[in-house]
Amino acid sequence: MEAHRKFDFKNLHYAGQRGILIPSLQKVQEEEGYISRESIIEIHRQSGIPLAQIYGVATFYSQFRLRPVGKNMIRVCHGTACHVSGAKGISQAVEDHLKIGNGETTPDRLYTIETVSCLGCCSLAPVIMVNNDTYGNLKAADVKKVLRSYKKLPEEVSK
Amino acid sequence: MRILVGLGTCGIAAGAEATFRALREKAEAAGVPVRVEKTGCLGMCYREPLVEVQDDGGIHYRYGHLTSDKVDRLLEEHVRGGRPVAEWVVWSNNGIGTEKAFLERQHRIVLRNCGLIDPERIEQYIEAGGYKAFTETLERNDPDAVIQIMTESGLRGRGGAGFLTGMKWRFTRLAPGAKKFIICNADEGDPGAFMDRSVLESDPHSVLEGMAIAGFAIGAADGYIYVRAEYPKAIERLNIAIAQAEERGFLGGNILGRGFSFNVKLKEGAGAFVCGEETALIASIEGKRGMPRVRPPFPASKGLWECPTSINNVETFANVPWILTHGAEAFNSLGTANSKGTKVFAMAGKVRRGGLVEVPMGISIKEIVFGICGGIKDDKRFKTVQIGGPSGGFIPAELQETIIDYESITKTGAIMGSGGLVVMDETTCIVDVVRFFLEFTQRESCGKCTFCRIGTKRMLEVLTRITEGDGREGDIELLEQLALLVKNNSLCGLGQSAPNPVLTTLRYFRGEYEAHISNKKCPAHHCQKLLTYTISDVCNGCTVCGKACPSDAITGDKKVKHVIDQSKCIQCDECYRHCKFGAVVRD
Repeated sequence: MEAHRKFDFKNLHYAGQRGILIPSLQKVQEEEGYISRESIIEIHRQSGIPLAQIYGVATFYSQFRLRPVGKNMIRVCHGTACHVSGAKGISQAVEDHLKIGNGETTPDRLYTIETVSCLGCCSLAPVIMVNNDTYGNLKAADVKKVLRSYKKLPEEVSK
Repeated sequence: MRILVGLGTCGIAAGAEATFRALREKAEAAGVPVRVEKTGCLGMCYREPLVEVQDDGGIHYRYGHLTSDKVDRLLEEHVRGGRPVAEWVVWSNNGIGTEKAFLERQHRIVLRNCGLIDPERIEQYIEAGGYKAFTETLERNDPDAVIQIMTESGLRGRGGAGFLTGMKWRFTRLAPGAKKFIICNADEGDPGAFMDRSVLESDPHSVLEGMAIAGFAIGAADGYIYVRAEYPKAIERLNIAIAQAEERGFLGGNILGRGFSFNVKLKEGAGAFVCGEETALIASIEGKRGMPRVRPPFPASKGLWECPTSINNVETFANVPWILTHGAEAFNSLGTANSKGTKVFAMAGKVRRGGLVEVPMGISIKEIVFGICGGIKDDKRFKTVQIGGPSGGFIPAELQETIIDYESITKTGAIMGSGGLVVMDETTCIVDVVRFFLEFTQRESCGKCTFCRIGTKRMLEVLTRITEGDGREGDIELLEQLALLVKNNSLCGLGQSAPNPVLTTLRYFRGEYEAHISNKKCPAHHCQKLLTYTISDVCNGCTVCGKACPSDAITGDKKVKHVIDQSKCIQCDECYRHCKFGAVVRD
């Protein structure tokens, strides 16, 4: 519990204002990668927002994850343009390469796969996004090469 | 000499950052007197990375596919030698290049600065005439006049519904209440639409200026931009733009000494398509689950925190400064009787030139797809264009003369929506794409209205079984019935429009549904469970297909025609993909 004290939600940009809940959850997720049970309780203690409401909001939005994820987030776009350009094959290739399914994390906690609705790079379809980097015009065979570049230590990647 | 590198998300994904770095480093190392600068999206996504070289004589050469390995030659021949590399030029203002058709039929108002200025430097926006409209608005100090000009311009909301912007502002201005809000809806959730992302990444100040003008017109001191978290580059540049505008005194308290205050805050959306709906978006900013509520009261009278609120889309705001600078007439002289100005379309799918095009309203679909975007990739047959995302519909090739305006599009059963156009060819299975949309709306339904929550689920089940070969007689009628129920009994736009893809395709592509259900065939050869694989006489017995087959369904000796055992075939497509001689036939 002590670890969660570091979040001082009152100091957020929206301090003193209503509507603080979503930015708080976003902050927790940005720093810890997911929303833990403890951080939900901590938000409740600092803001007074009922636990049920926090849980309700955290489960409503697809951005929030209640379980830890890998260091590298792989988002496979399944927008319309990607769908008609073979996104299914890309998903299959990512899943085959990492040997996990959609929404799962590799045992070494390096990768998580997530299917997303649209990354907005439709003319480069099919597209995947690894962390904040976008890769377009992919073929299933390219997936390996892209993912291999993230195999380094997470600290190096973030640089 | 000046070199611009397009660094929007599309450009970066195509390697523009490496090009940018290489240009800077190599130009500096070689001591070439050239400024290498960033810019946003030029709209020609299909030719990224894009680089523009502007020589001192005022001639601009735009290069396409300029990856970092081409930098040396560009610097050597063009920058040092003064000889443009003609074979890479896609456009120039002295008439060379291969892509004239794409650019020259466009009319750029919203995209006026995109790809021309550095979005991270406010001085370039100001140099291009930015913040002039806002400054003059404050000097004239007449909010009603602003609303009058907006109304006369005929600008309608570019987010989809097409409500008159001036009217919305007037309602919000007249609504009683001391505190009012402006919200910019940048929750561009329609799969297939990316014009808002591009505007935010390439010209964020035009949106901020539009918001500030709106704030002045309706009497709001606070504005929110609700932007998708999936757009990190847009968020980064918006933050930079807001800080710069504050520093220059275009945002903040007592702006330009005129007594008007306006602050803009960024709210990151947390990933819910329904939040594109205005009441759901407001709930989300308030920190609640993004669920829509009954209207009226409309946000114009009771919006954010129960205060009068005007919610407008990114593209709408980007139009505002231009209209005030050029006058209502310059805007309403473009377009059709009821749809004025221009519209930005995000072109994607099976089209040769995918990217952003801004065209005057009233242009035909055919003109956009074939005239501007060069027609269908790989010379395939044009089948349909999907407009408006999951809320929109399919306009078939037979109706390609349909013109782009709110009413004409609505007549086809589709909606203008935010302006994503996904072009599909003969290899696209209509039933499968509709299933894809229903999967989306079903997942994104917030669950409040029973018909939307359960109806979309049932429709998805029916569509799924049709694509898997288990379609039943009566399924089409069942889909129609469900579609109407969901449409008529949902509170918000998501539910009301979720059946549109089903309804428009049943109108134009009914035969394709029937082929799936009655003949168990997919005319587009896409739905795998409906395919039969056979090997034709072209087969020379190379044995590759047999080795690729995971279910040992293919037998045959070397140099002898192979045979597929239909009882073992699992329609995995491996043999079709592995055969180098086109001997495997799918039907």
